[in-house]
Amino acid sequence: MCRTMRNEIRSYQKTRHMTHDVQHPVPDALLMGYATGALPQAFDLVLATHVSLCDDARARLETFEAIGGAVLEDMDVADIAEDSLDRTLALMDGMQPVAPPAPSSGTFPTPLQAIVGGDEDAVRWRSLGGGVKQSVLQSDKYGTARLLLIPAGRAMPPHSHRGTEMTLVLKGAFRDEDGVFARGDLEVADAAVNHQPIAEAGEDCICLVATDARLRFQSLLPRIAQPFLGI
Amino acid sequence: MLLETNHTGRTSDAGILASGGLDTARYEVRGKIVTANEHTEAQWVAKMSAIAQNKDRSAFAEIFRHFAPRVKAFLIKSGADRSLAEDCMQDVMATLWHKAHLYDPSRASVATWIFTIARNRKIDLLRKYARPDPEHLPWGPEHEPNAADVIALQQDASRLAAALGKLPAKQRELIQHAYFGDLSHSEIADKTGLPLGTIKSRIRLALDRLRHSMG
Repeated sequence: MCRTMRNEIRSYQKTRHMTHDVQHPVPDALLMGYATGALPQAFDLVLATHVSLCDDARARLETFEAIGGAVLEDMDVADIAEDSLDRTLALMDGMQPVAPPAPSSGTFPTPLQAIVGGDEDAVRWRSLGGGVKQSVLQSDKYGTARLLLIPAGRAMPPHSHRGTEMTLVLKGAFRDEDGVFARGDLEVADAAVNHQPIAEAGEDCICLVATDARLRFQSLLPRIAQPFLGI
Repeated sequence: MLLETNHTGRTSDAGILASGGLDTARYEVRGKIVTANEHTEAQWVAKMSAIAQNKDRSAFAEIFRHFAPRVKAFLIKSGADRSLAEDCMQDVMATLWHKAHLYDPSRASVATWIFTIARNRKIDLLRKYARPDPEHLPWGPEHEPNAADVIALQQDASRLAAALGKLPAKQRELIQHAYFGDLSHSEIADKTGLPLGTIKSRIRLALDRLRHSMG
């Protein structure tokens, strides 16, 4: 076996651990909603963070974006201003290059760090009692995104939600009737689900949670994604 | 076959695309002759590469002539008035110039990549917030996309566009409206038969290779 090949295998084994194995794939409708830009802001944050941790979700997201590319290519063209190109060239010359969100080496992926203003140690926690803490990151009339810390072995406080709730594990793990959710795993629960996750022993569990409490999320979804664009 | 698929996934022969030297007689992949349309996809990739590597303004002008009117139409359909759509389109195209070096042709067609820039700008302007993007996965300095992967992905994208064009009008409109962000059209339709499985596997493969190169 040549050296390159051995390195390749070693590197492959290494990379297998970089993003987690998919136990609980995110529903197509959510990925498509993220690809089209139709989701509440709080959900965009969870998906940007999840996709940063899970290459399977990234491949599916980019497939939905490929449909967007096909739609763009298929557009009837609009008339553009006569001096459009010249104005664009001038705009180009005055623009500063923007660095893309590079991979993070911390607990929080880059898009989450951008909202928090740093990694885990920068979170401004508020106690909810019983060792449980939360930090609301973003909230508007469509939804709320928050970080939740549950001490190892403790149960998440009982809560109800009218719409959809997305819970992304960033550290530690929790267990509920659907199984164990570890770093990178995303649980999507609708109002019908009555669950009380319990943090696994050994490590505190930190999750990014988004809810669309004030507006039922189902009405916002491009539901066409579900039955007939299944990827 | 135009290019050998190297098992290491670390070929640097993407330059064949970048050079624009796409000789049609040699442009055959895995026994299949590439159609004129697929050739076009590869040409867009070559122009992006000319922008990224040489700041080539004539390549930019060609991309602009093709995509700017489509981006503007997309923004109008998404709810922007003509003047906002014009300004926003110029901004999208100028962003393309500055981000050209980030474009990965083994994961997206040029149209797809422009769509993502236009969508983000649209959210900025119409919904007034900066949509968070996933972490960017860069190719390391010693690596670049495998040329065979690039050609295959661009062919897949071309096939997807063709399949969308062949859908019954009603289904096609439903998909368009979902991408314009017009969600009142959320009816359920039958299976479309869009070739999404192959493109997903292709992107997954490109991501695996990218992870190796980062490892």
